[in-house]
Amino acid sequence: MLRLLKLELQKLLLNRTSKVLIFISFILPFTVLILSSIKINFFGFFTLELGELGIFNFPIIWHITTFFASYFKFFFAIVVVSMIGNEYSNKTIKQNLIDGLSKKEFILSKFYTIVFFSLLATVLISLASFFIGLYYSSYTEVNIIFRETEFLLAYFVKLVGFFSLCLFFGMLLKRSAFALGFLFILYIVEWIVFGLISWKADMEIAEKIQNFFPLKSMYKLIDQPFQRIMITKFPDNGDLAYDYGVHASEIIIVLAWTALFIFLSFRLLKKRDL
Amino acid sequence: MDTILTINNLTKKFGYLTAVKDLSFTINKGNVYGILGPNGSGKSTTLGVVLNVVNKTSGDFHWFDGNTTTHNALKKVGAIIERPNFYPYMSAYQNLKLVCRIKGVDYSKIDEKLEVVGLLDRKDSKFQTYSLGMKQRLAIASALLNDPEILILDEPTNGLDPQGIHQIRSLIKEIASNGTTILLASHLLDEVEKVCSHVVVLRKGEKLYSGRVDEMISSHGYLELKADDTDKLVQFLEAKKMFGKIKVEDGLITAFLDEPMDAKSVNQLMFENGITLTHLVKRKESLEEQFLQLTDNN
Repeated sequence: MLRLLKLELQKLLLNRTSKVLIFISFILPFTVLILSSIKINFFGFFTLELGELGIFNFPIIWHITTFFASYFKFFFAIVVVSMIGNEYSNKTIKQNLIDGLSKKEFILSKFYTIVFFSLLATVLISLASFFIGLYYSSYTEVNIIFRETEFLLAYFVKLVGFFSLCLFFGMLLKRSAFALGFLFILYIVEWIVFGLISWKADMEIAEKIQNFFPLKSMYKLIDQPFQRIMITKFPDNGDLAYDYGVHASEIIIVLAWTALFIFLSFRLLKKRDL
Repeated sequence: MDTILTINNLTKKFGYLTAVKDLSFTINKGNVYGILGPNGSGKSTTLGVVLNVVNKTSGDFHWFDGNTTTHNALKKVGAIIERPNFYPYMSAYQNLKLVCRIKGVDYSKIDEKLEVVGLLDRKDSKFQTYSLGMKQRLAIASALLNDPEILILDEPTNGLDPQGIHQIRSLIKEIASNGTTILLASHLLDEVEKVCSHVVVLRKGEKLYSGRVDEMISSHGYLELKADDTDKLVQFLEAKKMFGKIKVEDGLITAFLDEPMDAKSVNQLMFENGITLTHLVKRKESLEEQFLQLTDNN
């Protein structure tokens, strides 16, 4: 396992483009997070301090940081599709197999890399949230701090699932640009299907089915936190109440998609003549 | 003798096209094999199948004694298919390090093999800055990293300039002289003739011949003769049953032998029958002639 991970890390870290993208996908969310946590004074006109909104309070901070940080996954998604695209365009996938890597090991080395970077991202975001939380939060009791840390698990699963989808598209299309295009198409297709179902049946059924779609199920892991921020500001407004929790069922759906994407990538490679 | 590769009734179809048809042959340790055939005869496909990159349609093959999985067996094989495939952004050394990681070979081998192919002083240059000849040499170094039991080369001199071709050929000869088994696929006959002891001849995916190069056609060679009286000589040759086909071209008579016979006894025979030869040469068919004969017959 370590051998396969090292193999893939060598391929990635010696490539300048992927090195830059990896750097961006890890450093950018932190810069944003840290910048947003400091008090910004706009030339004495007014001060913007997001910390005062209470968004850096435990336990809501876990929800907010994982939600926003997950947008930066697109940078690493480019790395994932290009790490497949490059193997095809340089024909190194063929050479790797000839040199004695099995097709299973090839897919696994990519998957381990995905898991490795997702784990790294999760660890970094949890450390950052933890320290910012300690600094700003009004509540610092241990049981409050560690409440809702399941958002971190959801974040990890979300990243692994999304990158596995990218891996599959990369394997399917062999070209990085097409794979990214396909992600966008899938997004549109999901909404069209949703529209069709809600038109033929009703909205409620459509929403239930939509939660099983690959992209939607990943998005659903961490619900948008805006409504929740409103609730904390105006606790009396009952209309805003919604279910923002992380549910085991949601995690299982995404894990099932992940397993399917990895399996299909392997099948595709196994059947293909290179 | 140790077998390295056994192929039994291997067939590969690409849709309606049958690229390899019911192919069987065995590769034994210590020989230098050539796979001969015109373009599109299934050479590369066959190599692709045994190297785990092309899926077979039917039949089977196994490496060594048949107890290892193909990908593990390939760790003991060195192979280059068509063009050298490396990561353009990595240096020669980094590329070979990656191959070491895949094959489970010690990194100390890298410098040793780069030395063999004469690229040691360029080891830190990026692969994309290499010329085609250097790329091909790097590919050979990479294939040699694990001190392979067998070296598989598919058209190793394709697209190289004469100097590059010469370098690669002498490298192959040097490797062969160290006792490494080599399997060389090529459509360049003189290349195969110069280095191979055994050949497999393919045409349209079918095997026409496999065995030693010198036994490829059961032929005793041919004679080139000239005499002052050409007609008398032709009549004499046609009367004798040890001569097969006879051709006359610009007064030069070519007579194919049906029985073994050396030049000395031919000369003696002619002299005894009152024919004085002005020219007598005994020749063996070149591989090219044998190959054309073999592929034309069908």
